[in-house]
Amino acid sequence: MRYILVLMLLFWAAQVQAVEWEDQQLFKGQSGARTLRVISSTDTAIFAPVIESFLQSNPSLNIDYKVAISADIYSEFRKNPDQYDVVVSSAMDLQLKLVNDGFAQPVEGVAHPEWAQWRSSLFGFTLESASIVINKAAFENLPVPDSRQEMIEVMRANPDTFSGRIGTYDVRQSGLGYLFATQDARASETYWRLMEIMGSLRTRLYCCSGAMIDDLANGTLVISYNVLGSYASAREDVADKIEVILPSDFPNTMMRTALVASKTLNSGAATLFMRHLISSRWSNPDSENIPLPPLTTFQDNSQQSIIALNPGLMVFLDDMKRKTFIDEWESAIIQP
Amino acid sequence: MSKGQSKAGVAAGSLRNRLVITLIGVAAVLTLLFYFVIRAYAAQIALQSQDNILGASVTAMLDAAIIREGVVKVDLPYAAFSMLNTESDDRVFYAIYENNSLLSGYTDLPLPQRESRMSSTYRSGTYLDVPIRQVTASRVLVGADTRTRITATVAQTQDSLSGTLQRIARNAALYGAGFFSLAVLLAIWAISSTIGPLKRLTESVARRGPQDLSPIVKPVPTEMVPLVSSLNQLMQRLDESFTQSEDFIAEAAHRVRTPLATVRSHAEITLQRVDKEENRQALRSMIRAIDESSRAAGQLLDHAMITFRANQLDYQPIDLVALAREFVRRLTPLADMKDIELRLSTDETVMVSGDAILIQNAVRNLIDNALKYSPSESAIVIQVYATPAPHLSITDEGAGFPDDEIGMLTGRFARGKNAAGTIGSGLGLTIAQDVAAAHGGTLSIGNTKEGGACVTFWF
Repeated sequence: MRYILVLMLLFWAAQVQAVEWEDQQLFKGQSGARTLRVISSTDTAIFAPVIESFLQSNPSLNIDYKVAISADIYSEFRKNPDQYDVVVSSAMDLQLKLVNDGFAQPVEGVAHPEWAQWRSSLFGFTLESASIVINKAAFENLPVPDSRQEMIEVMRANPDTFSGRIGTYDVRQSGLGYLFATQDARASETYWRLMEIMGSLRTRLYCCSGAMIDDLANGTLVISYNVLGSYASAREDVADKIEVILPSDFPNTMMRTALVASKTLNSGAATLFMRHLISSRWSNPDSENIPLPPLTTFQDNSQQSIIALNPGLMVFLDDMKRKTFIDEWESAIIQP
Repeated sequence: MSKGQSKAGVAAGSLRNRLVITLIGVAAVLTLLFYFVIRAYAAQIALQSQDNILGASVTAMLDAAIIREGVVKVDLPYAAFSMLNTESDDRVFYAIYENNSLLSGYTDLPLPQRESRMSSTYRSGTYLDVPIRQVTASRVLVGADTRTRITATVAQTQDSLSGTLQRIARNAALYGAGFFSLAVLLAIWAISSTIGPLKRLTESVARRGPQDLSPIVKPVPTEMVPLVSSLNQLMQRLDESFTQSEDFIAEAAHRVRTPLATVRSHAEITLQRVDKEENRQALRSMIRAIDESSRAAGQLLDHAMITFRANQLDYQPIDLVALAREFVRRLTPLADMKDIELRLSTDETVMVSGDAILIQNAVRNLIDNALKYSPSESAIVIQVYATPAPHLSITDEGAGFPDDEIGMLTGRFARGKNAAGTIGSGLGLTIAQDVAAAHGGTLSIGNTKEGGACVTFWF
């Protein structure tokens, strides 16, 4: 009996320890009594202003802000849906699946465009594009690629410059990387040719945009593909070393989305937080809360390239489909 | 024929109300039927379109299944799910089975028990506590040495469907309300056009004068012809019976009065001839008895005539003053014989509307009474004034009415205790009272301070 108890405790500990938190910070309100638990794939530094402005108007709350990569957020939240109140993630497909499977509760009375929400439960509040980011110095004597095709050409022409110095998401780890990759593959065959070339030039794989940008800035990488341009633009410290290029053929644009957990015990506070997040981003695009592009940025021109919030997103989350895709991706990008 | 208080017919429900209730009831039932039929039909169509899309999704999934190197692979097409996008962002669940083991999808999505394994199965159920519509189909894949059955099932929540249904139901309710109001308006129109001829017949009968018993000749709807025929027959019979009554009254008056007058004149002549006092006495009482009979007969006939006329008054403008003056002129010789003075006190003219024959009759009876009960060397005052209401009053200086009998004196054949020595039938006040009632007026009876009787005929 005792062993069983120990085993259960160990198992429980293992469960709790399962997530590798990149960061965890408790934001305290002035008279914080209750704590709202937010898990997010957005770096604390970027998200902090919006939390602080929320706590200013709601001083009786604290916010426990935990950061992990989007895939971990998904699996952790599915495992412990009652441990978190608000889930913020860049992986739209995983977020939509959470809502579809009943893990979110609707937030009523939010004026939000129809295309930026799903079931009144999942709300997009930024528009961020997958970009090509280059190290300016390395491209001094090279033509700067404007599209995937030009990227293929420049890499093919200069294998020595690029070998081992190309970066992209490891789609097996990163939910956002997988989303971008699958949407790329849907849109064009060019994606697979690009992956073949990148594979042959020993591409480095990353979990997150932040790490890629660091390596671009310090010259480890010359070019990286499908990086969040918004992250790169937000980094003022490296602004003179890197350049963000929006692929002119088709920029995949995702929405950072948030949902309120259906099992939250802080429904009222979580709803308040959601409203703050959504409305401040939608109705007041000039607010300096988050240094990420608001929804309105792309409203006029290229709305068609915004990844649509519809059940189609769940197709690539199908186990078999995912396995097929990853097998293909691995065979392209990981070459002996 | 009594005094006219039961003239109105007894109503047992209204034909109009019955029609209104029936027609509106029918309209309401039809409207409800319309609403439910539309709703059921819309629900069926909406469900069918959801089924079609789910079916297409299942087909797309099954078509993507292949056997590669002996292993079943299903490369889900993006469209399989994106086609399920709805206005209300309905949730989607699915599962793919190889024979009976799950290949991919939601483990606990219930797979329907299937009768025919080849065709698609549609069912409604619940999953994760929400209502869903689920379509399941399967397909056999033939490999090198295996036959594998792939079963795919796709389920979708019904938020959009119920939204559509609510919209349709609301519209159907609006249309239903519109149709209902229209039906009510049409019903009201139909009812008034149906009731119309009946109303016109009623009016034309009511408008007739009292003597008009001619048959109704205006054309009426077929259904009313029997009623009108019966009415015409009834009026004809009435006409005949009235004519007979009038003839009878005239005949009776003639037959009774003429012989009495003859007997009286013989008796008077005989009185002139006999000298023996006891014979004269006998003759005098005979003459008095004859007078009494003659007067009684006259009053009985008057009374009969009043009862007959009271139900169909022949209204004419009458000047009460002229009428009273004429009586005074006519009766003054008779009054002089009893040393009674007839005094008249009137307005210029007092016009009333009434049946001249009846009013003359009533006034004559009242003055007769006054003459009868007045002692000699007294006066009878006749007053006719228009205010406060037109009235004619007759005051004498006799003994007046016995106080305790005033209430019952107008009864038929009732006579006061003090009338024993006077000729009379007891019909005079009754006649005056009936005439007053027939004209919608009253007859008030009382005594003056000096003790004389005072009778006032109010219009």
